[in-house]
Amino acid sequence: MKFIDEFRNADLAKAVVSRIHRRSKRHVRLMEFCGGHTVTIMKHGLRQLLPETVEMLSGPGCPVCVTANRDLDKAIALAREPGVIITTFGDMLKVPGSRSSLQRARADGADVRVVYSTLDALEIARENREKAVVFIGIGFETTAPTVAASILKAEEKGIRNYYVLPMHKLCPPVIRALLDSGEVKLDGLICPGHVSAIIGSRPWEFVTTDYGIACVVSGFEPLDILQSVEMLVEQLEKGEPRVEIAYRRGVKPEGNVRAQELMNTVFEPSPADWRGIGIVPGSGLGLRKEYGNFDAELAFDIEPGPTLEHKGCLCGDVLRGVKTPLDCKLFRTACTPEHPIGPCMVSSEGSCASYYHYETV
Amino acid sequence: MCLAIPVQVKAIEGSEAEVELSGIGRRISIVLTPEVRVGDYVLLHTGYAINVIDEEEAEETLKLFEEMASLEDELERGSP
Repeated sequence: MKFIDEFRNADLAKAVVSRIHRRSKRHVRLMEFCGGHTVTIMKHGLRQLLPETVEMLSGPGCPVCVTANRDLDKAIALAREPGVIITTFGDMLKVPGSRSSLQRARADGADVRVVYSTLDALEIARENREKAVVFIGIGFETTAPTVAASILKAEEKGIRNYYVLPMHKLCPPVIRALLDSGEVKLDGLICPGHVSAIIGSRPWEFVTTDYGIACVVSGFEPLDILQSVEMLVEQLEKGEPRVEIAYRRGVKPEGNVRAQELMNTVFEPSPADWRGIGIVPGSGLGLRKEYGNFDAELAFDIEPGPTLEHKGCLCGDVLRGVKTPLDCKLFRTACTPEHPIGPCMVSSEGSCASYYHYETV
Repeated sequence: MCLAIPVQVKAIEGSEAEVELSGIGRRISIVLTPEVRVGDYVLLHTGYAINVIDEEEAEETLKLFEEMASLEDELERGSP
């Protein structure tokens, strides 16, 4: 596939790895924020290729994984409302909430449909005018503009039975919260590539100016990640941390201005509850008042019930980068992809799922 | 969730475009990339083009890797 295969060239990868080994003298800790980056790193065994001086940590960049149980419970409660069709991205289906999951609700008779796109959810709303079609709005800044676009389209086409349960989250505020917690000491950050395709590279500047941490915006192929590691090592060896874009074919410094406009028209910052981290002010997206009639939280009296956390599940610690899945007693024993205890094992971008499928240690 | 794949725009009709994914034609929304033209490659995420791929930058990046490869080769050959 064009723009994918060329960035998986093993010979070129070898050269980048050589250069990293040659240049890296000081011990550095790098975090890849994005779950998609974690998958590439695990799948291609990139950590094992790097010198011992480069330590890699995974961050909380998996929107399904960081959805708190209470929010999940809201979606499940909504699924049980009569006359409601839940539309959701596939990853959310099997994630266990406090007592149940969307999949189990479906088995009990709820109408829960997996969709690839909000465009599909809109179609379902058009074809089922007598029902309320609720889209479970998760995802970061990559996805939020597409959900915003769907609300604007619903408004334009007079589709009054389409709702969104807004659970979107923003990346820069949570990175600030993580760094402020002092729990994780980082030298470099591999910034999420497609979030940055939307927001650009400028929102990451605070990471360098306020915390002195090197930042590189990375693509998702093995060569992209290796290039980003090489650029971070270079910055750190020279003692010149700054924000650079490695993923130049996908990201401009200003990002996608049109997408930002749509996102800001429909949404506004709100507090969000991050699994393992807690409530971070201004790190979520709520629907603006003008679009309140699309807000499932306002349209329905949702009673999610008491929130329970699974004992022994280390997802929270894994998401903050202070533990790895290998530290979890449930990993590979009680918790597997077929029988997941926490979301990190369910999501295709979850650390635990990545470790399960690709870790050979 | 951050998954977005490069696909080529084959045709445009209003706010939608026709792209090809694994040999199958698909309609996607281009409301986030209204500047896109037929023949461009876009990053496709959940049915929407979220950015137009800068092909020149892609070429530049690959060239950079090849230069790095030559340099590493030279250094390897040059060492005892």
